[in-house]
Amino acid sequence: MVDAAVGAGVPKRARSIYDKEVQGVVWQVVVLAIVAGVVYYLYSNMVANQARQNITTGFDYLGREAGFGIGESWTTYSPASTYAQAVFVGFLNTLAVAIVGVVLATFIGISVGIALLSRNWLVAKLMSVYVNLLRNIPVLLQIIFWHTLITSERFLPIPREFLVENGPQPLLGSVYFTRRGIFMPIFEGHIGWLGALVGLIVGIIGAWLLARWAKRRMDDTGQQFPAFWAGIGVLAMCTFVGWIVMGAPTTVSYPSIGRFRVSGGMTMTPEFLALLLGLTVYTSAFIADIVRSGILSVPKGQIEAGRAIGLKESVIMRKVILPQALRVIIPPLTSQYLNLTKNSSLAVAVGYPELVSISNTTLSQTGQAPEAILIMMIVYLAISITTSLLMNWYNARIQLVER
Amino acid sequence: MSTVVRPPSGVVGPVAWVRNNLFNGVSNTIITIVLIACLAYVLPMIYAWAIGDAVLTVKPSDDSWWGYEFAPNADACRVADGACWDFVTEKFRVFIYGLYPQDALWRPTVMILLLFGMIGVSVNSWFWGRGLVIAWLVAIPGMFVLMQGGLFGLSFVETGKWGGLPITLIIAVTGIAFSFPIAVVLALGRRSDLPIVKTLCIGFIEIIRGVPLITILFMASLMIPLFTPEGVNFNKLLRALIGFTLFSAAYVAEVIRGGLQALPKGQFEAADAMGMSYWQKTNLIILPQALKLVIPPIMNTFIGLFKDTTLIIVISMFDFLGAVRLASNDTTWRSFYVEGLVFAAVIYFIMCFAMAQYSRRLELKLDTGHRTDAAPRKPWFPGIWGPGQNSDLR
Repeated sequence: MVDAAVGAGVPKRARSIYDKEVQGVVWQVVVLAIVAGVVYYLYSNMVANQARQNITTGFDYLGREAGFGIGESWTTYSPASTYAQAVFVGFLNTLAVAIVGVVLATFIGISVGIALLSRNWLVAKLMSVYVNLLRNIPVLLQIIFWHTLITSERFLPIPREFLVENGPQPLLGSVYFTRRGIFMPIFEGHIGWLGALVGLIVGIIGAWLLARWAKRRMDDTGQQFPAFWAGIGVLAMCTFVGWIVMGAPTTVSYPSIGRFRVSGGMTMTPEFLALLLGLTVYTSAFIADIVRSGILSVPKGQIEAGRAIGLKESVIMRKVILPQALRVIIPPLTSQYLNLTKNSSLAVAVGYPELVSISNTTLSQTGQAPEAILIMMIVYLAISITTSLLMNWYNARIQLVER
Repeated sequence: MSTVVRPPSGVVGPVAWVRNNLFNGVSNTIITIVLIACLAYVLPMIYAWAIGDAVLTVKPSDDSWWGYEFAPNADACRVADGACWDFVTEKFRVFIYGLYPQDALWRPTVMILLLFGMIGVSVNSWFWGRGLVIAWLVAIPGMFVLMQGGLFGLSFVETGKWGGLPITLIIAVTGIAFSFPIAVVLALGRRSDLPIVKTLCIGFIEIIRGVPLITILFMASLMIPLFTPEGVNFNKLLRALIGFTLFSAAYVAEVIRGGLQALPKGQFEAADAMGMSYWQKTNLIILPQALKLVIPPIMNTFIGLFKDTTLIIVISMFDFLGAVRLASNDTTWRSFYVEGLVFAAVIYFIMCFAMAQYSRRLELKLDTGHRTDAAPRKPWFPGIWGPGQNSDLR
């Protein structure tokens, strides 16, 4: 029969050049060959050029003495340290400014974003000016602007001027705003603060367990429990106990202004301040707009339903609007966090010693550009991937569970 | 007989507006009063610095069309409390043109005007079409010829001497123009069924998006000389352009991918059912629809890229911001760098804000309502302060 003949013919069909699968394989082989050829060509040029210019290659230079000083460092570092240590200091400085920046930008951004939707015309307009002004000026310009403003002799005094009679006075008794940075008091290092930190971590875990228990009980029995305030209580309690147990340190180190240098206290350098201010303010403008559109994306019926069952406005915000808005907010927020981290590389323009700035010094001293750039890229990729994974995990958790 | 019934007093009119928008409820009233107090303190200070106590020296002149000319005076600036706008008038030429030779300044001027003219034409959707693309393809090399010279009797100006606004505009426009075709290819590759092509495209896009632009620029400026064989030299501008183009291509590719994903599956299936080849399907069915969808988000990407052009100052090129920085190296005027930065910020703001407004208008115009995920058009949110207001009343 005809049917049988057709059926028998299918498995044995010869592959022709017009077959889509054959074409696909051919295409891929061609593309791969071109890419591999280009990469090989560039690489062989690089090797030839490096040999001709007597540039050493390899990562041996990381073990050699760096020989340059770094203004601010979270670890012990001296010019006698190795290049590897210098790069690590830069990495920590990048992390420091990125983490502080992300926290501050989130806080300001959410506040401004909610204020953008205020019923108060003045508040809404001012916030809209804030957002539109700051996100339409390049962040590099903003960072350089803050740095110039802080270090210019026209606006802030130098520390020495505080010694002069009738000179400027420190704020709150001992916070000095100078063009060498902000000097402020800080608690002296003591094991007790480590105890407090451990207590805080234990407290966070405790508060989380408490919240879980409260939610389960509410799901089961409908009884409510003030988990938020109780959680805060547990947190404060554990931190306090940790602090007491390890010796309850209270010694404060105040900055003392000398004729030539400032000793004691804590210093925030103009570079760090300018970078932090620029990154935070710029990113917060974007976050504000993301938060605004996230809140607007919650259907109106949700709020009306909340009102209809008699919830307070604050409860509606917390329990109805925010959980739904977060689903819209989290993905673009992630990319803003990544942008802030990547933009921290602009520190190179004001001289804050973060990863790019230090790698730049390294590559100009050693001439080993490919290695230095490779390290920079790998570190940034690692930061980006970690942030993405964390935020994707959080995003997956809060997504709507379809029934 | 019909009588016109006037609304009850206190419901419409300016007084009612003030009451409803500034003083509705106790908390709002407090906020309004506090804010007005703050503004009353801050605004006069800003006014005094920027205008009241500021220095902008002019002297009468017969040559000038407005009867005066700028006469920058650094000493007057030093004793004044306010801003020194004399720095801007003194260094205006450096800000705009960088180190471009004095006797050929008409060339960058013509280039800037030409470019703004082209942009002015391009924003009008009436002109959109093949002709416009060809006009740009002629205009971009034209800009380079005009700036570089060496042809048609124009004196040769090496790219190291270019600076100021032309550099900003050249990098932004060429970077964006050249990145677009690469981005289309990358986006199609990322959506492709071919595993090797797909992996290569994903790898390229994600690596570029995962690292800061500065590292790409370093790479372009330091590695390209290593990658090219002996005797081949790319000048600094070209290297920066290559880096910037690759960087923007990765970002634009992701936006285009968004457009490809937003197309209904039926469009792909219908094209397959018609027996179209891959390229026919892509050129005739997919890309025209996908690109139309992504015009507004691409505009936003372009605004971001335009702001990112400032980063080329880290590989010591002088774009507009770099030229301001260069001008402030003059010891006479060094203290007034802040004014230069404020001026630069105003110029950048005007350009970016104009682009943002245009993008918003375009979005409304192109949104023909076929997408399901369109954002709500008008804000309904009633505000979080004060109980139970209903936005419908507004």
